[in-house]
Amino acid sequence: MNKEVVANIGRFVILILVQVLVLNHVNFMGYLNPYIYIIFILLAPININKSLFLLISFILGLTIDMFGDSGGVHAAASLVIAFFRPIALRSVFGLSYEFQTVKLSNISFGEKLGYVILMVLTHHIVLFSLEIFNFSHILLIAKKTLFSSLFTIVITMLVLVLFRRNDS
Amino acid sequence: MQQIINFLIRNKHSLLFLLLLLLSFVFTIQSHSYHKSKFVSSTNFLSGGMYTWQNSISDYFNLKSENKRLLEENERLYNQLSALGVDSVTVQKIDTSSFNAPYTFTKARVIKNDYSKIDNYILINKGENDSIQPDMGVITDKGIVGIIENTSKNYSRVISILNSNSRINAGLKKSNQYGSLVWNGKDPNIVQLETVPRQAELTEGDTIITHGRSTIFPRGIGIGTILNYNLDESKSYYEIDVKLFNDMTNIGFVYTIKNRDLEEIKSIEAPTNE
Repeated sequence: MNKEVVANIGRFVILILVQVLVLNHVNFMGYLNPYIYIIFILLAPININKSLFLLISFILGLTIDMFGDSGGVHAAASLVIAFFRPIALRSVFGLSYEFQTVKLSNISFGEKLGYVILMVLTHHIVLFSLEIFNFSHILLIAKKTLFSSLFTIVITMLVLVLFRRNDS
Repeated sequence: MQQIINFLIRNKHSLLFLLLLLLSFVFTIQSHSYHKSKFVSSTNFLSGGMYTWQNSISDYFNLKSENKRLLEENERLYNQLSALGVDSVTVQKIDTSSFNAPYTFTKARVIKNDYSKIDNYILINKGENDSIQPDMGVITDKGIVGIIENTSKNYSRVISILNSNSRINAGLKKSNQYGSLVWNGKDPNIVQLETVPRQAELTEGDTIITHGRSTIFPRGIGIGTILNYNLDESKSYYEIDVKLFNDMTNIGFVYTIKNRDLEEIKSIEAPTNE
């Protein structure tokens, strides 16, 4: 149990550092950045205290906001996916989530991809809607959401596959 | 009463979610209004220190282009000096304390620069300890960069001209018509000059400069050249696309501008506002 807590704290710090020092400066094709810090939310233990989880996700987003001078957009987006994570888990894993038998480290590639796509898309829609904050720019929101999501999903899947723990 | 408490306990997760969501919306809305986004800012010691540390490494990769830029700037300044008929010997005798210039320039290093979002900010490594204050202008040798928005002890945040909240007075070099400089969020090298009256005679390639109508920038600091222009819907104003002199994606060093007459100008202007 203790090991798991340490692993999560380490993941929290490392993901923030990688995000703000490297990935916020990628600017692929002029404006695309992958936001992989949400891996922390994706991989958080399933039986975590829900209030604590919401609070940690909010702080995670707010830290990214502080470094990126973006107000509260990442905080809002992280909070939303943390809140709706049970719904995403239920829709992807079905019964095995209900009985708490699913382990995020040993699920099939297809299920993992579905879960990641669902979470990343939700996150990015909230993120870019709030960042641009102008519905006359709805095409720009859609464009940024689509391309950034693709980028984030690819990088996230790579990270999840490459850094998989073989403890099962 | 019992029922209310039960309701609160039953829905505590949702209520916490709504509370935090509300808080993040407040931060977001503040960040979209000029001069209010003070709570969540990168000028604190943690993010400022982190960016300084990162910058001390990444600086080495830009040394060559920085050197080239400084040499070009020196070359231009020397040419201006000789055109004014001053040689470098007499210039050295002038002491800045006796030299009563209305503007003083202070160098600063950019430690974080954004250009891919709608609201972009730049972080520089000078702050209140170096007497940087909000509403000071920020330029490079080539042209304007933005306006200081938020300061801490050692860092300041600059609201870049690539920010939807930024509005800067700018005009044509060859005539006195002016408008306000805004950004539509599309291309980091092209900004828009709005509300220039249709009486203005424009040609593509005309230079756009700051107009000295605010206390922030002195007159005559370069901004860019006209890329193309057309009349807006009301047919009485031009909308002009301006190609910036600065490469906003690559800014190493900047100068902040302090207006010495600011207090005096403000004290004159203040009674008329009441």
